[in-house]
Amino acid sequence: MIDLNNFTPFSSLIGGLIIGFSVILYLYTTGKLAGISGIFANTITNSNNRFANILFLLGLIIGPSIYLLINNANFEITKSIPLIIVGGFLVGFGTKLGSGCTSGHGVCGISRLSVRSIVATFIFVMIAMITVFVLQKIGIH
Amino acid sequence: MSQNFFSLLSGIIFGIGLIISGMTNPEKVIGFLRITDNWDPSLMFVMGGAIIFASPFMFLFRNKKTSLLGHELQIPSRKDLDKNLIIGSSLFGIGWGLVGLCPGPAISSLVFLNPVSLVFLFSMSVGVVLQKTLIK
Repeated sequence: MIDLNNFTPFSSLIGGLIIGFSVILYLYTTGKLAGISGIFANTITNSNNRFANILFLLGLIIGPSIYLLINNANFEITKSIPLIIVGGFLVGFGTKLGSGCTSGHGVCGISRLSVRSIVATFIFVMIAMITVFVLQKIGIH
Repeated sequence: MSQNFFSLLSGIIFGIGLIISGMTNPEKVIGFLRITDNWDPSLMFVMGGAIIFASPFMFLFRNKKTSLLGHELQIPSRKDLDKNLIIGSSLFGIGWGLVGLCPGPAISSLVFLNPVSLVFLFSMSVGVVLQKTLIK
């Protein structure tokens, strides 16, 4: 069944279009792809362009702060701290090993029809769905 | 200078897109990943919208060597499917499914001032550094 109470096709589409615009603005001006796991990893492990990378990451916090001045948004997280720690570690390790995340592979890569990104996105979405399914089966919501 | 300005501006716009879309709410992301029960397909619209907007501009730029500001384009050209890509994406998928946060939304979620975001980002940093140390 589809969860119609939480289904937000309109705002999600608008948000997606804005993300697409940001990706193109970033590429057309700086010449780089807006893969956030890459920008994050470079910020902590690579001194090249560090200041510009920090500014991009700061923007990711400033943007939503501006939005929160005029509108509300929810942040619901139900998982226990050990799960958060394991999840965060796997997201950091996995995106570094796999060269990308939802933005780098899922948006930038698919938009330019990169075979690697299409395969990577298929894998991480499928595995994430299986993970959620398994957690639900063993009673961890 | 312009590099810095446009990095900040792109980050701000990206972050606004993330919060409007609902990606900064881990439970909404879990709702999308929970296809077998009470599924919330919204996040398909996020990725769909971003790809629909970006694709034609990626296509127009495909043969360019430099950006409009004259910076060299840094676009990966690899086409091989190696085991790092497969294993890395799988591990990322497990982590994303466990919590409902991927890197961008994890950073943006700091605006909610919930310490859990910091815990997640700290572990994420450890994962990045360990990967870089272990695998060259």
